[in-house]
Amino acid sequence: MSAAVEEVVTETPAVEAVPKRAMTLGAGTSLIVLGLLIVAPLLVKNFIIFQMTMLLIYGLAVLALNILTGGSGQFSLGQSAFYAVGAYTSAILMETYNVNYVLTLPISGLLCFAVGFLFGQPALRLSGVYLALATFALATAMPQLLKLNFLEPWTGGVQGLVVTKPDAPFGLPMSQDMWLYYFTLAITIAIYVGSVNLLRSRSGRALMAIRDNEIAASAMGINVALYKTLAFGVSAGITGIAGSLGAIVVQFVAPDSYTINLAIAIFLGMVVGGVGWLPGSIVGSAFIIFVPNVAESVSKGLSGAVFGVLLFLVIFVVPHGARQVAIFCQQTVAKFRKH
Amino acid sequence: MELFTNQILAGISTGAIYACMALAVVMIYQAIDHLNFAQGEMAMFSTFISWQLMQWGVPYWVAFVLTIAFSFAAGIAIERVMFRPLAKAPILTQVAGFIALYSIINSSAGLIWDFTIKQYPTPFGSAPFLGSQLISTHQAGMVGVTLLMLLGLYFFFQYTRVGLAMRAAASLPESARLVGINTSWMVALGWGMAAAIGAVAGILIAPVVFLEPNMMLGVLIYGFAAAVLGGLTSPLGAVVGGFLVGIFENLAGTYIPGIGNELKLPIALALIISVLVVKPAGLFGRAIVKRV
Amino acid sequence: MTALLNVRDLRAYYGQVQALHGLTFSLNEGSLTTLLGANGAGKTTTLRAICNMVRSTGAIEFEGQPLTSRSTENIVRLGIAHVPQGRGTFTNMTVEENLQLGAITRRDKTSIVADIERMYAYFPVLKRRYTQQAGTLSGGEQQMLAVARALMLRPRLMLLDEPSFGLAPLIVRDLFKILGQINREEKVSILVVEQNAQLALELADQAYVIETGRIVMSGGAKEIANNEDVRKSYLGY
Repeated sequence: MSAAVEEVVTETPAVEAVPKRAMTLGAGTSLIVLGLLIVAPLLVKNFIIFQMTMLLIYGLAVLALNILTGGSGQFSLGQSAFYAVGAYTSAILMETYNVNYVLTLPISGLLCFAVGFLFGQPALRLSGVYLALATFALATAMPQLLKLNFLEPWTGGVQGLVVTKPDAPFGLPMSQDMWLYYFTLAITIAIYVGSVNLLRSRSGRALMAIRDNEIAASAMGINVALYKTLAFGVSAGITGIAGSLGAIVVQFVAPDSYTINLAIAIFLGMVVGGVGWLPGSIVGSAFIIFVPNVAESVSKGLSGAVFGVLLFLVIFVVPHGARQVAIFCQQTVAKFRKH
Repeated sequence: MELFTNQILAGISTGAIYACMALAVVMIYQAIDHLNFAQGEMAMFSTFISWQLMQWGVPYWVAFVLTIAFSFAAGIAIERVMFRPLAKAPILTQVAGFIALYSIINSSAGLIWDFTIKQYPTPFGSAPFLGSQLISTHQAGMVGVTLLMLLGLYFFFQYTRVGLAMRAAASLPESARLVGINTSWMVALGWGMAAAIGAVAGILIAPVVFLEPNMMLGVLIYGFAAAVLGGLTSPLGAVVGGFLVGIFENLAGTYIPGIGNELKLPIALALIISVLVVKPAGLFGRAIVKRV
Repeated sequence: MTALLNVRDLRAYYGQVQALHGLTFSLNEGSLTTLLGANGAGKTTTLRAICNMVRSTGAIEFEGQPLTSRSTENIVRLGIAHVPQGRGTFTNMTVEENLQLGAITRRDKTSIVADIERMYAYFPVLKRRYTQQAGTLSGGEQQMLAVARALMLRPRLMLLDEPSFGLAPLIVRDLFKILGQINREEKVSILVVEQNAQLALELADQAYVIETGRIVMSGGAKEIANNEDVRKSYLGY
């Protein structure tokens, strides 16, 4: 138990690399998915549309975590904190200051970017399990901070705030839910495309170099500190926008909606979708939205246990998440084509 | 000044809880190189088992021994069934595995024993310890048992063959295999031991925090924090870390204005993280030199 | 002379990449054999394949027992000690603990203690440092510790992967002299992989030369050392 000798460790990267080619779905598959996303709401009831909107919103949150962890290799169990900040920002701006809901999004994004960037600074000195602990602390603190008495005039304290649901603009003939869905879809696509381009760019490569081997990256002249904090910032910003959208769609914000359970759910979404694989974000999001419901319908008393078993089965069969399934499909199709 | 000393003493006695948990955390970290998020739940479940045995009329110490034995076996079983298959999976996937285990155990405990709080007996009594109003005999007993476990672990690792083999397997698995050690079973053994230590922690903690399925969450976080503070490779560090965390928590609650019960946890964590920023390997940990 | 180790048509793979393309060779009991070749030729892979540390196909037999389906630790327990590349010393444990680990599979306590004393006799510097953390030893000392640890197993076959790596020539000379001693006195057969062909050929009686996963030359060490063409084409000197 002496501290005299330093342990020399040659580290294998904790987060495995996703090859650049495989970073998105092929053009054909992307178009099909896009098509489905555009057409589906026209065929289903409002409640399903609402669920689909939440699917996209949580998908954004998972995407943000994918950029942070899969992209720059930094762990975070604290995304719920940024989500909450985004949600409350929109809620307060809309209800107290009558800001148009669309405008609240970039404000929320920028604010959360700043928060994330600032949080990234002390986080620079931490990594792996230590960073996980720090982000965990952030996540557990957030609901408590939101309940603080002196913030109550703005946050509404324990009861939270009710948010007004916006109507479709220009008198378009669609329900509020449908309009919000397409609005969210547009933003999601924009952020998704932006993120893919980010990861493919020089900056993206710098991030991934940092993820794979921080010391080597710094030796190559990459400003590790800057990129890592930027990654936190970008990730927080996107999560904040997701939170804002969430607040608008759910019409309600309250401290206990943004507990550590949300952070854990987003993390699980990332793993199930495939770490670092941006298209997987929506699969992960579907998992965290629908599987708990399935578990509850199987057994109300043991819903947690059923969820745990289902989660375990999924990661046992596909340890690399949905990306593994996609690769498998791709290889099977390729084999078909050969014959 | 007297308030300060009292708070320190109070902190040490709550710290014994965290020290206990931290020992289990370090134990498993030594074996598998990560933190098991379900450690607390396993401890909680074991504590419920011991409670159930006592409900059926089994005397305290017999229940204690049976529970430890059961926990040891269960720890090994969980490792063999759930985590050995995941051994080659990426770390984040394994973390998801821990979360799954957490969910399964927590939910099962809730179903079997429901969520109402139950009283849990202590073999040490709850009289004031040596006349002090701040430490009861039970809390002194906790500190005593924790120190005994620490001593036991120290002897195990330093002076037994199996302990040496486990250290080797944790430190350099490939080299360990090259001297003939079955590293896979060393991991299982580590799980068993961690589960047993966790069970002891749970049984000691239950009289203070009362027995219910969610009793361990806060304790586990503090246990992690304590282990990390002490240096994840050092059992001594874990125990010292536990006491320090207990003290931090009490002092923060007493002296920082506006901090009610709810913010104690994040504040304590924030303090610990500040220490880590200065000393990244923890207080007693080995500095890790990373070779590129 | 019975064959101690028999390798037939060994093919080894790192993921999709094939590193060995059908190696066939055997080692006789009591022999000191060296496996030579350039970087990336497959020398280390061969040793790793023998100990089942890399995916492979083909037949490997040790004293008539097949090795291919056994785990690494079970292969070691049959009596094969492997000193890996980079030595694999347990750096945060003491010298003596490292030696004890070498004998961790043995039950005979008194003989283990006696063996540790024998190792100190071979390598006096280890005795001087026996309570020191192994990571604080110099490269040469760590190599000696690695060899001593391997011997604590009382192996019948010792595999050494580039023992001369990073060591000063004088130290390598000493080490090789001791290896020869061990081969003769302890009756331990040795297979040593080396890039430093000259020294290895002085030590060994048999030699194999590997190039891109295939054996291209085999024979007595002296003949290969004296064959200028071979030396120039394969060994670079």
